[in-house]
Amino acid sequence: MIALRVALGIGLLFIVSLIIFGATELLPGDLAQQLLGQGATPETLAALREQLGLNDPAPVRYWNWLSGALTGDFGVSLSNGRPISELIGARLGNTVFLALYAASLAVPISLVLGILAALWRNSIFDRAANAGALTAISFPEFFVAYILVLWLAQTGIFPSMVRINPTTTFGDRIYMTFLPALTLTLVVTAHMMRMTRAAIINLMASPYIEMARLKGLSPLRIVLRHAVPNALAPIINVIALNLAYLITGVVVVEVVFVYPGLGQLMVDAVSNRDIAVVQAVALIFAAAYIALNLLADVLSTITNPRLMHRR
Amino acid sequence: MSFAVSVIIGLAGLFALAAALRAAARAGLSGRARSIANDIPLTAAFGLLVIAIYAAVAIAAPALAPFAEREIVGNQFEAWSAEHLLGTDRIGRDMLSRLIYGARNTVGIAFATTALAFVVGSILGLWAALTGGWLDQVLSRIVDAFMSIPALIFSLLLLTIFGTSVLTLILVIAAVDATRVFRLARAVAQGIVVMDYIEAAKLRGEGAWFLIRREILPNALAPLVAEFGLRFCFVFLTISSLSFLGLGIKPPTADWGSMVRDNATLITFGDITPLLPAGCIALLTVAVNFVVDWQLYRASGLKE
Repeated sequence: MIALRVALGIGLLFIVSLIIFGATELLPGDLAQQLLGQGATPETLAALREQLGLNDPAPVRYWNWLSGALTGDFGVSLSNGRPISELIGARLGNTVFLALYAASLAVPISLVLGILAALWRNSIFDRAANAGALTAISFPEFFVAYILVLWLAQTGIFPSMVRINPTTTFGDRIYMTFLPALTLTLVVTAHMMRMTRAAIINLMASPYIEMARLKGLSPLRIVLRHAVPNALAPIINVIALNLAYLITGVVVVEVVFVYPGLGQLMVDAVSNRDIAVVQAVALIFAAAYIALNLLADVLSTITNPRLMHRR
Repeated sequence: MSFAVSVIIGLAGLFALAAALRAAARAGLSGRARSIANDIPLTAAFGLLVIAIYAAVAIAAPALAPFAEREIVGNQFEAWSAEHLLGTDRIGRDMLSRLIYGARNTVGIAFATTALAFVVGSILGLWAALTGGWLDQVLSRIVDAFMSIPALIFSLLLLTIFGTSVLTLILVIAAVDATRVFRLARAVAQGIVVMDYIEAAKLRGEGAWFLIRREILPNALAPLVAEFGLRFCFVFLTISSLSFLGLGIKPPTADWGSMVRDNATLITFGDITPLLPAGCIALLTVAVNFVVDWQLYRASGLKE
């Protein structure tokens, strides 16, 4: 079961790499023409084509690109000629740090809120949490970010820009990245909370829950011991989906807080039309997205004995 | 903080107005319209009112705005005053006027994009479900592959390739979102194509286009309408985010996302003006979500 799912995931990643690579083939003209513009002389065009390896047929170029990417060599940036792996290096770590930081805040908060909303369903708390969640889903990320800046950075409690250098200590990093992480947390918590609540309420109508209630267990114990273990699969799924969502969320948030991460790199590359960098970053983001979805499937299989030992 | 108070009072006023309009509709209308007015929740009435106000502002923008969209009428970053109610922006254009024109540009472009994504996605989805076989397989697998790339990342990739103009923006976002619409339209239609009346229409000799238009679409409309609202929210937020990143709608066209980006420096001085366009985006998305929530509830046939 699980081996098959992992194999499917790898196959999917392969197809995605084909799409990301193939997208450049849609360019009107070719990459060299695009880079130099209409006024380029045939000699400079030919020289650039040679330099970029554009004279090889597409499958050969794809193979070179993919095998390079697998060993961490993404070629050079088209706008400044530096190796892409060097550009990505430290930034990848920063982005992963931010996403994990946001996740470590968002997951416990949304689980607790979701369980409480299910426990006290149709109460004022439940309604307020639901309306708040719907509102939070509707806000653009940069709106949330700037409200936090106005509220928490203006008063001088937290810095509104993140300046990370190699000498920054872990504690300082946690402190400096608090606002970006909190923004991401607010954006993803709403959805996770709603799904947790729905998954638990779905189960509350089952006969075994009624049995537990009839034998006099406390509502909290019913939810924690009887409902949550069976609701784990959908909850894990939605957590993984939202972590995957964090991947795209970081792009906007990194720009707001001038955070030196992959998202910022990608936005700069898009405005410079630096297709080599965009491809590399897109491949990394897509790989992380697929890996998280794969992890969700595997985990929800493991938590469900009926899926694990299918007859 | 006085500004936060006035925002809260303004929202409360809108809610009160929505409640009053609902009461008036209950008293004045009859028949089907009345039964809708009877069971519309307050949040949905509020949502409809807000959407109507946005539409009115977008249509009447030139009449409402005190200055032209691109005209430079003052110094940069002027404070709020009687002449410039919301001050001026980075190069001295009137903020209020640009905010009003933004309703036309930002919402208009998002709406056009959603409509395009919907037409393409739902026709292909219904067609795939109706025809089945290899066509369905090919289209579905292509869509699956595209959907395994995060939407924003894929849009950024395509924008790099095709350049960032408004037309490519609309086409790229519509293409990416059409895959999501395709999924839903196909799933809804699959439950319909197995019905006897489809079989009967096929035996009558009707073509695929007639079947989609006259037999499947009317029965698939309710979930598709709700999806249109949700899709609009996604598209609207995506386009605003891209404009905010400097990759979407660009100045001098007045657009809410790029207005936030342009004037963001003011926020570090504690001025809330740059947040107003973002607030406009948020309010419209909340309003649409409220209406969609009500529509989904109606479509699901649940009662309290």
